[in-house]
Amino acid sequence: MEILFYIFSALTLLCGLLVVFNPFSRNPVTSAMFLVLTIICMSGLFVLLKAFFLAAVQILVYAGAVIVLFLFVIMLMNIKEEERQRFRKFGTFLGAAAVAGLAWILVTTVMNSRTGERSVANNTGETKELGELLFTNYVLPFEIVSLLLLVAMVGCILLSKTPETEEEAE
Amino acid sequence: MTNWFYNLTPNEQFAIFSLLKIVIAVFAVVLPMVAYSVVAERRISAWIQDRIGPNRVGPFGLLQPAADGLKFILKEDFTPAYARKVYFWLAPAVAMVPALMTLAVIPFGSKLGSQQAVIADLNVGILFTFGIVSLGVYGIVLAGYASNSKYPFLGGIRSSAQMISYEIAMGMSVIPVFMLVGDLNLSAVIEYQKNGMWLILKQPIAFVIFLVAAFAETNRLPFDMPEAESELVGGYHTEYSSMKFALFFLGEYAAMIAVSAMMVVLFLGGWTLPFAGLNETAESLGMGLLQVGIFIGKLLLFMGLFIWVRWMLPRFRYDQLMDIGWKRFVPLALANIVVTAIYLYLTHGK
Repeated sequence: MEILFYIFSALTLLCGLLVVFNPFSRNPVTSAMFLVLTIICMSGLFVLLKAFFLAAVQILVYAGAVIVLFLFVIMLMNIKEEERQRFRKFGTFLGAAAVAGLAWILVTTVMNSRTGERSVANNTGETKELGELLFTNYVLPFEIVSLLLLVAMVGCILLSKTPETEEEAE
Repeated sequence: MTNWFYNLTPNEQFAIFSLLKIVIAVFAVVLPMVAYSVVAERRISAWIQDRIGPNRVGPFGLLQPAADGLKFILKEDFTPAYARKVYFWLAPAVAMVPALMTLAVIPFGSKLGSQQAVIADLNVGILFTFGIVSLGVYGIVLAGYASNSKYPFLGGIRSSAQMISYEIAMGMSVIPVFMLVGDLNLSAVIEYQKNGMWLILKQPIAFVIFLVAAFAETNRLPFDMPEAESELVGGYHTEYSSMKFALFFLGEYAAMIAVSAMMVVLFLGGWTLPFAGLNETAESLGMGLLQVGIFIGKLLLFMGLFIWVRWMLPRFRYDQLMDIGWKRFVPLALANIVVTAIYLYLTHGK
């Protein structure tokens, strides 16, 4: 099982890198496709942790939703122009600095945390337990997140609606 | 001979049995079924239109798939110069694979010998299928994008909008089913229905929404916008030829089989029949095989329905398709969830 963990982690990292830093293609569609692969590999990691619900939802929500991103890329961006762009030095430097900073925080956190009792993975009734927790202990954050999503949706509709002209309003 | 097998660890035995099940289910059952549903489609359409249909190859035209396959392989595999090569090659495979992967969690029988008749008895079976189905749209969109010409592009865009819309209706239509069953595992769904109270009787609205969404998800008439011949030439597969085209074609039928199998499990009681002990876990191999036969029989009913509808109904207009999805089915599915929740609260709650 351990070998699978390393395979999936390596693939996740590799695909994630290729999303933002692909030396072979500057095509945004390629980036979107690598994003799908990254998400699928991550759900593989969830399966190894016996979190089947999370793994399925990961693919269902994220991998399914990348198609929308894909469409945005095709419809709103000029792909030929994007492809012609080279890597900007400043942007690359800034990206690398941000990644290094985050990696440092992650490493120090992992180093400082004591390894506690490993929680026993339980692969029966996991969905039910998750649902119960969401509607009891975590009901407030859950509702706030759903409200946030609702606001985003309403905003989206408002922005994409063509404004009514004077004549039409009458 | 069998000694080495018993010396293996349970994990290794499980792996071997799983591999065996995958190979048999996919290569010996599903792929021939795909090939013969193409023949069935041609014969049935011929009857409906008062023609004869393909009857030259073999007795009653039964060897037609062999002739078709050979023809597909021998045709020139042409890649247009302006196509985006990598995606052009990738798209047909991406269209075919998800349809076959969905079958991994479908319980097609109770037991065969000592083995459970399901490849992967996931406890989140239905979420897995929806996840994989949501990946199916990539094949068509990639094909449209890779072909780099107008009709395939329009077909791809249409298909993505259509599939995203109907996925929502489809996902919401099955929620009441799982509220009744109380489990996401597909074997548990069948267990719940084995006394003959199939979920089609308890949740007729959910069944109708799921059925219509299934037509939309598999791009079948009356919802075959992505390849509407009269408007888009061939839609997303206009630029494809030879085996690449065949993969799209077979992928469509494989998706039909997958979605039919899901409907049989969710609404028609899977491999059970409510008499002669056919709703209990099989104890002999013959009984197990009989139950697999029952499952395939029910599945073929749905395949027949798919084919029949295709040749009976005209195509929807695109705005009608979107209207019926968003303004009729989504609210109806939501109302169905609320009604089921109230019913459950009144009978089981408190």
